[in-house]
Amino acid sequence: MRKYVPKDNVQKKAYYTDRFHVVPRVPREKVEEGSHFAQVVKTVGADAQESYIEIGQLVLHIKPEDNFKVIKILKEQCGYTQCSEQSAVDYLAKDNEFELFWQLLNVNEAKRVRVVCRLKKGLAIESIVPLFNSANFAEREMFDMFGIKVNNHPFLKRILMPDDWEGHPLLKTYPLHGDEFASWYEVDKIFGKEYRDIIGPENRDPAKIDIEDTKRFSRVGYEVPFGAEYNGDQEKEIEYSETLLVNYNKKTSKTLDERR
Amino acid sequence: MQVANKLTPFFENLNFERDDNTMVINFGPQHPSAHGQLRLVLELEGEQVVKAYPDIGYLHRGIEKMAENMTYNEFLPTTDRLDYIASTSNNYAYALAVEKLLGIEAPRRAQVIRTMLLELNRVISHLFFIATHALDVGAMSVFLYAFREREFGMDLMEDYCGARLTHSAVRIGGVPLDLPEGWLENLAAFCDKVDYELEHTYEALLTENRIWKMRLEDVGVISAEDALNWGCTGPMLRGSGVKYDIRKEEPYELYNELDFDIPVSDRCDSYGRYRLYMEEMKQSTRILRQLIPMYQESEPQLMAHAPQYISAPKEEIMTQNYALMQHFVLVTQGMRPPRGEVYVPTESPKGELGFYIKSEGEPYAYRLKCRAPSFFHTGLLQKILVGTYIADVVTIIGSTNIVFGEVDR
Repeated sequence: MRKYVPKDNVQKKAYYTDRFHVVPRVPREKVEEGSHFAQVVKTVGADAQESYIEIGQLVLHIKPEDNFKVIKILKEQCGYTQCSEQSAVDYLAKDNEFELFWQLLNVNEAKRVRVVCRLKKGLAIESIVPLFNSANFAEREMFDMFGIKVNNHPFLKRILMPDDWEGHPLLKTYPLHGDEFASWYEVDKIFGKEYRDIIGPENRDPAKIDIEDTKRFSRVGYEVPFGAEYNGDQEKEIEYSETLLVNYNKKTSKTLDERR
Repeated sequence: MQVANKLTPFFENLNFERDDNTMVINFGPQHPSAHGQLRLVLELEGEQVVKAYPDIGYLHRGIEKMAENMTYNEFLPTTDRLDYIASTSNNYAYALAVEKLLGIEAPRRAQVIRTMLLELNRVISHLFFIATHALDVGAMSVFLYAFREREFGMDLMEDYCGARLTHSAVRIGGVPLDLPEGWLENLAAFCDKVDYELEHTYEALLTENRIWKMRLEDVGVISAEDALNWGCTGPMLRGSGVKYDIRKEEPYELYNELDFDIPVSDRCDSYGRYRLYMEEMKQSTRILRQLIPMYQESEPQLMAHAPQYISAPKEEIMTQNYALMQHFVLVTQGMRPPRGEVYVPTESPKGELGFYIKSEGEPYAYRLKCRAPSFFHTGLLQKILVGTYIADVVTIIGSTNIVFGEVDR
């Protein structure tokens, strides 16, 4: 039977985890009374469902529909005049939702706030470009990488990937070396679909070793002329050298079927 | 959509021939002053830019995706490829983010060496900026002089870590090596050299240069409000009169013990930014000089002691069984930081370089987001290029100091 591989998260996983391994949590501190962050939490009010300090930065959990409102309050009333970063985390496999975050900076107080919300799959988020122009590129990147639509964005278009790309690369369902579409993309682009049979899919694993390719790969233990036709591995006598004993024969060496 | 192939390339349905007076031109991605892989679609009316559309992604390698498929230590050399002019600042920003997540701190000597490498890297990166910016504007000789000094800086880097461009000289929890013999003397000599050349070569060649001033003054003006709004950081922000340097405001490493100034310019233009870069180099050499006695006073420990996350020193691994076992687990499985999220900003030569790491307790980061300063500075181009003349476009791109390794990631 084939080994079960979960389809909803194809990223690399730990090959072994101790049975008794307990994952600790980064300590979350309460917002201290009278501090700058306490003032921020008070100003945001009931929109902040949860607030705590994680590694020196205030984290505010909000509802996804409140994002524009809360960030506007933070900008206009709390002095958070820069949006340093905005992106998402894919939790589709676990909760069928994305976690979106906005990283805001108050230049005068040198304080940072992270606004976090959970967005159900297929829903769109309101753009904060009217408040922060830096979100223009950031939201486009989020759309490109996760497929999260942004309402009222001035120019929502792919930014890093080509315009006619299919799929969203940072989703957990997207394999590291690209999917079927990715392997044919450049072949179709450069030569046309009709050349698919001749050229074959693109190899997107840069470390792949083609055993039959004698132009780019040398044999271990014996020599083959450049570009010669491959006709099986030839057994070689055991080579002795002064320093070490080398036996390249197949009997003792093991070739992996695929990369680990 | 067009059917694109070799004979009919894909132009995103751009109409190059217009009925009105405007013309659309493609700047890059192979333009020599496009700083790598910037494609800029400019709509011109005569010589004036009416609309600018920066098109990026030509160097996209999916580094954030790779981070999700690599253990924390495995990923560190990949960060070299973000801002390849100043790799140590990327290595360091990443290492610091993971250290914050783990809750460990590098030992004193490692901190001194890291700060030295960061500042040395800043000088190298700024020299590169001066060189290429002057070359873009047309001052060829500055390029040659600045590259000469940069070469000395890179020799120092090579002496320390063996690499000139992709250093990977910082590890999570410290640094791998102590400074080689005679390195500090060379560093002091390098500082003297840079200070001398700054005053007698670059500033003498450029600061009062009539052509240089004509090309840079009042070109690429960014107001303080715009700079904040568009996410500008680093010299771009300080060049607009906002005094915000993460080294000073949110100090990390040894910056709270060091004595240095943050230069600010309220000119808001390319010339102000150029002066800022020059001044920052002077401050960097000032920091480097202060670090030399700090190194000599420090204890020789180089890596933090956190056996759960970081391998023990080699002698312990070779002599103690348990240390060897832990080392084996850390190499084969990777460290498992606690569950949580962290965003750590650092001041890279280009601006605020931050790493957001979301950990689910696995040896692989659940999500890693690299906040690259150049990404946002590229976004700003669509605002500041409008209304400028085509000849100034190159100056403005040069003065934003964008590096495409970190724009596209």
